[in-house]
Amino acid sequence: MKMTGSQILLECLKLEGVDMVFGYPGGAVINIYDDLAKSSIHHILPRHEQAAIHAADGLARATGKVGVAIATSGPGATNTITGLATAYMDSIPMVVITGQVPTSLIGNDAFQEADIVGITRPCTKHNYLVRDVRTLAETIKKAFYIARTGRPGPVLIDIPKDVQVAQTDFVYPETVELRGYKPNFSANPRQVDKALKMILDARRPLIYAGGGVTAANASALLQDVAELAQIPVTTTLMGMADMPRKHPLCLGMLGMHGTYYANMAVTQCDLLIAVGARFDDRVTGKVDAFAPHAKIIHIDIDPTSIKKNVRVDLPIVGDVRDVLSKLHGSMVQQSESVKAFAEGNSPWLEVIEGWRAAHPMAYRSSESIIKPQQVIQSLCEMADEDAIITTEVGQHQMWTAQFYDFKQPRTFLTSGGLGTMGFGLPAALGAQAAYPDRQVIDISGDGSFQMNSQELATLVQYRLPVKIAILNNNFLGMVRQWQQLFFDKCYSQTCLSSPIDFVKLAEAYGAAGLRAERPDEIQDVIRQAFAIDGPVIMEFKVAREENVLPMVPAGVGLDKMILL
Amino acid sequence: MTHTISVLLENEFGVLARVSGLFSGRGFNIESLTVAPTLDPSVSRMTIVTSGDDAILEQITKQLNKLIDVIKVIDFTGQDFVQREMALVKVAADEGTRAEILRIADIFRAKIVDVTPRSYTVEVTGAPSKVAAMIELVRPLGIKEIVRSGPIVMGRGA
Ligand SMILES: Cc1ncc(C[n+]2csc(CCOP(=O)(O)OP(=O)(O)O)c2C)c(N)n1
Repeated sequence: MKMTGSQILLECLKLEGVDMVFGYPGGAVINIYDDLAKSSIHHILPRHEQAAIHAADGLARATGKVGVAIATSGPGATNTITGLATAYMDSIPMVVITGQVPTSLIGNDAFQEADIVGITRPCTKHNYLVRDVRTLAETIKKAFYIARTGRPGPVLIDIPKDVQVAQTDFVYPETVELRGYKPNFSANPRQVDKALKMILDARRPLIYAGGGVTAANASALLQDVAELAQIPVTTTLMGMADMPRKHPLCLGMLGMHGTYYANMAVTQCDLLIAVGARFDDRVTGKVDAFAPHAKIIHIDIDPTSIKKNVRVDLPIVGDVRDVLSKLHGSMVQQSESVKAFAEGNSPWLEVIEGWRAAHPMAYRSSESIIKPQQVIQSLCEMADEDAIITTEVGQHQMWTAQFYDFKQPRTFLTSGGLGTMGFGLPAALGAQAAYPDRQVIDISGDGSFQMNSQELATLVQYRLPVKIAILNNNFLGMVRQWQQLFFDKCYSQTCLSSPIDFVKLAEAYGAAGLRAERPDEIQDVIRQAFAIDGPVIMEFKVAREENVLPMVPAGVGLDKMILL
Repeated sequence: MTHTISVLLENEFGVLARVSGLFSGRGFNIESLTVAPTLDPSVSRMTIVTSGDDAILEQITKQLNKLIDVIKVIDFTGQDFVQREMALVKVAADEGTRAEILRIADIFRAKIVDVTPRSYTVEVTGAPSKVAAMIELVRPLGIKEIVRSGPIVMGRGA
């Protein structure tokens, strides 16, 4: 049967299991929107293309599915860049469709033309310009395959207007043939055996788990391996929800704002097992002083991650799930020696407990003024077990990582690699759209909130009951902290002095607004917010110059922390 | 250390930009780059001369392999291969130098491909070191212009 390009696009999306897309219309996608109106695919209209991408990203992070977003040509397409770069840095599977001027006009500086394939080349896993409707279905098939396999990432498909209206016979290919793309899922069993041998030889082993564990849905396996061998686990920001914070082997986050005990454990361990993590500079601090006594095993699906920043003694390329299940299998086979090893670990675990006791995660509480950490703890106590937390970027993000006890995978959605302010609200929107019945909370700063605050309108329109907790310090707090510590308190352009009435702002959009100014009001505000069946802003007036600690200053080793 | 890398890639729109963007975005060197279709017209071959220590070369190879359009990457360093480059060299020529240019061209088995009253254009082909050596010999005579193709390579044997 003959179909138009835009009909083919929607048909392919359905065949890929997509039932919800986020997008913003315009001249170059008007045909797609005409067909969308008649389609069973649910479309959500955020108020900015950046937010559409972050929303699709939030959906992808919360569900593990491929997030899909649509934008028009030119400014619509360029507005997607920050969202694409955010998803690319955090390896989030997405397919983004952009409209393009007709093929005959490409290169002519036509109205609303932008070379989006050229612009997004370095911030997508791959991208396509479709020049012929006969290749459209195949291209979409490839795009989804590339987005979700290997190290996942965003793929952009640019579809000129004439390709959207051109007709052809629709055939969706069953398989994908990409001779240049063969992700290596299955780990070499010999490497896994070597890993087990190195583990059994270690005295002070440590697992360092990252977002690759989430991507591979390997949280349970990670815990199984850690428990069987009694190996403590520290996580990155991205891997945080894969290891329940209250688990006795969990040391919380490592790196610049990591826990004292996690950073000490990294510095003292004699074997570091990196699982789906990439030794980012916020994690390692000074590279030469990172895990100086350790042999390093690096498990990752992306060979380029291995030996990029640090030396590695044993690389294992493969899907984290496959590697961990093979490792677990070998451990079960050698249960006697693994048991002896696990028992032998207790002195090391005691040393770590000593560090934990000496410097637990803490802050100085106050009777009169709200400490931001206290808000996070209260949210954690009062929210559901499976509540999904998103954050923006700044101090509030780090406090969330430090003080929220995550319990389940895919419940912490945060921009780790790019550090994008304005991510949290639209990501919460996407997660809530995917899970209408779960609690979704965006923990925000007053600065970041204003980067995508227009999404309040979307929440109200689609009855998405996202709860927004703004930790209002009237500062771009994280930058202010650096200025305080490293620039003699010269608070250049970080004071957001014009006071905003966030309660009225919420009301103006048709959402509810609540405010807490004293510590004894925190719980009341949260309780009320959770009871409201709709989007709510909770504004917490917090201590203005509170700092995120511990902190490893730039250029030193992880054990050189500034402590509370 | 200098490395010559041969890359087989899909003969698709924009692949050259993907490769050159990768090198510039990650701060890798490109000393020369040639590209043309292979026996199979759907595949292009790119020959890249680059430099860096082992760690950088490992990253370059891995990053190239990571590109979806890249089918195969071969680093010829340490292997047995034939390497050839072509240069066109326009040399100032007058009564006193014409014979000398011809003599040098003869030694290098180069050809004169264009002649004007004031210049000879010499075409030389060979290993990059040979091309460089000929250029050095004619340099004192006055070089007006040089165009070098950048090297191409092929593994030796069947
Ligand atoms: C889009 C973007 N611009 C700038 C920055 C740099 N930056 C990092 S944290 C921060 C301050 C964030 O302030 P706020 O959202 O109020 O959070 P707080 O640190 O006060 O908790 C800034 C400006 C960024 N991460 N993202």
